[in-house]
Amino acid sequence: MTDAGDSEIRDRGYDDWLDALETGDGYLLRCPNNHASLPPRLVCPDCGSDDLTEEALPASGEIVTYTVVHLGTREFNDQTPYVTAIAAVGDVRITGLVREVDAESVDVGASVEPTVDKNPQTSDRVVVFRPSNMIPE
Amino acid sequence: MEGVRVAGVGLTHFGQTPDRTGRELFAEAAEAALADAGVDREAVAELHYGNFMGALGERQGHQAPLMAEAAGLSCPATRYELACASAGAAVRGAVRAIAAGQADVVVAGGMERMTNRAIEETTEALAIAADELFEVRAGVTFPGAYALMARSYFEEFGGEREDLAHVAVKNHENAVPNEYAQYRKAITVEQALSAPIIAEPLGLYDSCPVTDGASALVVVSEAYAEANELDASVAIVGSGQGGDALALQSRGDPARTPATDAAAMEAFADAGVGRGDVAAVEVHDCFTIAEVCALEGLGFYDYGEAVGAARRGETTADGDLPVNLSGGLKAKGHPVGATGGSQVVEMTRLLRGDHPNADAVDGTVGLTHNAGGTVASAVVHLLEVVE
Repeated sequence: MTDAGDSEIRDRGYDDWLDALETGDGYLLRCPNNHASLPPRLVCPDCGSDDLTEEALPASGEIVTYTVVHLGTREFNDQTPYVTAIAAVGDVRITGLVREVDAESVDVGASVEPTVDKNPQTSDRVVVFRPSNMIPE
Repeated sequence: MEGVRVAGVGLTHFGQTPDRTGRELFAEAAEAALADAGVDREAVAELHYGNFMGALGERQGHQAPLMAEAAGLSCPATRYELACASAGAAVRGAVRAIAAGQADVVVAGGMERMTNRAIEETTEALAIAADELFEVRAGVTFPGAYALMARSYFEEFGGEREDLAHVAVKNHENAVPNEYAQYRKAITVEQALSAPIIAEPLGLYDSCPVTDGASALVVVSEAYAEANELDASVAIVGSGQGGDALALQSRGDPARTPATDAAAMEAFADAGVGRGDVAAVEVHDCFTIAEVCALEGLGFYDYGEAVGAARRGETTADGDLPVNLSGGLKAKGHPVGATGGSQVVEMTRLLRGDHPNADAVDGTVGLTHNAGGTVASAVVHLLEVVE
């Protein structure tokens, strides 16, 4: 949560990660065996190591796959059609909404920057990809 | 695995019956299975029951003892929740209890009541099979998740929407004679392609319907079947389960489903049969692309090859490997928590010969594949006619 109210309980680890991404200080978690993951984590999902260190997340990544959703849940039904994508950002993949670009212009391979915005229907914070260069490389 | 028999099977009609309670649906399926088995309900030692969204759909937790009571069973009952693979896991639990010698008569199955809520509420309930923090909040719906997989598949291997339309056409065709199916009507490729888009590149006819229904099986030990002279000609000879990271973003390749590979490997090793022995397959086609991924994960096709299987006629009723002769989730319907059980029910009927499409089965071994979410869970069973 951000400013949804003092009574709102944070999701520790996840909200801390969003806080960092929001200020341009996004990070991933790295274990000694070089596996990368996203918080909240107590151990590496690949090898179980509990020695996880934060490492700066690259500022941009590439869309791996995307969809244009025409039938949304109650939390998104005022926003259809909207674009949801998975982007490879450094050694992790992140799911987010693609904004500031026409759905027709989104493509696999397009360069995007992960940031944080809000779902206007819920005030939940959400990962949002903004185009850094929407032309596939 | 030896010594596990299917003594009886039961289903409700799959469709939209919003006013029927979950307990009524499951009781009907269980009653039908017990009658088919010819087993006294007092002999039932355990109930293994699958359900996914009942806590949201009916505001009902702790469903297993409720369902045992509804079915007139005085035995311990356990609910399995593995999203759309809930009943597959319940059947596996029953099979393992019999195989381990811990019980002689077990009822397994599942139930889902889905049309008593507004479609947006049901869409939301289905979405929670995905990762709440990383997927649901980013707008990933159930069709949206499979659309992400379909796009990845097309990018990596090729294929097009028309290939997927042939999967839908095939499964609708298979459902026409099935008295339990929700959609007993044939469709054309043109109809499938012109249907409204739900989540690009998937349209309405790439998607299974929302369905109310229940399934049940009576699983018994071979020794019990013999001692009680039961007609239990079909054995469950292999069982396997695979798991994966919940969120698509945490997996290597959204176009592949390694949990299916793992479940199949375990089930085939357990059964001691090969893929060439399999005469019919029921796979988890919640979306048309899911049937494609399943056939590849199960090892019937190399990666990238199954997308054209229906179009080439290889998986139709008269093809080399008939897939989803029941109509599949696509046309028979998908009451989420019941589906894994209904697949085993349908395969049993196909192998016994009392399914309207049984003539399409040329052999004695059948496979069922039940998947949860975007295949973070997969359960595979192998069935064989042994008498």
